[in-house]
Amino acid sequence: MTNPSVLEDQECGAGSAAKTRKVFLPLYLLQGVAFGYVLMRSEVISWFRIQEMFHFQSFRMYGIIGSAVATAALSIALIKRTGMKSIDGEKISIPAKHLGSGIRYAAGGILFGLGWALTGACPGPLFALIGAGVSVSIITAASALAGTWLYGWLRPLLPH
Amino acid sequence: MTIACDAEWPWYVAGPLIGLFVPALLIAGNKVFGISSNLRHLCAAIAPCKVKHFRYDWKQSGLWNLVFLSGVLVGGFLAAHLGASQTISISPATRELLIHQGFHDFSGVAPGELFSWHALLTLRGFISIVVGGFLVGFGTAYAGGCTSGHAISGLANLQLPSLIAVLGFFAGGLFATYFILPHLIGAL
Repeated sequence: MTNPSVLEDQECGAGSAAKTRKVFLPLYLLQGVAFGYVLMRSEVISWFRIQEMFHFQSFRMYGIIGSAVATAALSIALIKRTGMKSIDGEKISIPAKHLGSGIRYAAGGILFGLGWALTGACPGPLFALIGAGVSVSIITAASALAGTWLYGWLRPLLPH
Repeated sequence: MTIACDAEWPWYVAGPLIGLFVPALLIAGNKVFGISSNLRHLCAAIAPCKVKHFRYDWKQSGLWNLVFLSGVLVGGFLAAHLGASQTISISPATRELLIHQGFHDFSGVAPGELFSWHALLTLRGFISIVVGGFLVGFGTAYAGGCTSGHAISGLANLQLPSLIAVLGFFAGGLFATYFILPHLIGAL
């Protein structure tokens, strides 16, 4: 086991090096429930909506993603400006991503994009769909796990 | 536009709500919003084998996110039983186009002609479900994030790597939409 605080690449959702206090886990569960509910009601989980987006036939998805980014950006700016702390009293910080050659972002991005259009679901919606009863999404999720595993295995050979 | 009980939420309600999960997680515990790293945590939990990428303490760095993810499952279940529309009212232009490409069934949130246990046994279903899922897992791991981590958290934090990734998402998505899907659907 390596020390998790020195995970060699900081990925989204990996969190800070700080420990997660168990007492907060129900809070994350509740936030996850809310997120799944919002994903469903916004219909970003639908293959049809993704097709509509990639055919540029509706503003809807662009409006959703754009306003989500704007809201998040404003919130982050506000948090940074006020030096806000987390509930735990820890200073809030977002670990920077290393650009490197940039190949991993372009190549990985394109591969994920192909999968996004084919499945009509990114990872969050994939799990919301399973909960919603589109049971075959379990196979999609299992295949995604296999994809991530293969990446981990091939990682030393891939350009980053 | 009013928010009817059984209608989709308008974009200007859905988008900001999704964006608010970024500060909510930062404030809750200095956590960066992003779903796809859960796939890595699951690999680390289930089958780390001898792969260095999966040899880390997933409980310490990823348990909160896996708990969040199980919440997403519950949220999907709740929405399907409380209000979410069972039929997606896509734009007439997209509907026309999909009919022209060979679709018949517009019920459900995903087309049953591609996403069902029955379709899984067909080539088009296999490519949509299995190959598509594999690319989602491989691509997000390689890029180090997905729509939530790169498009929302990353762009909101003004990170250049995330902009490159998001441009990649759209390049790949457009390619699949214009050059792969028409052939798949045409085989219906």
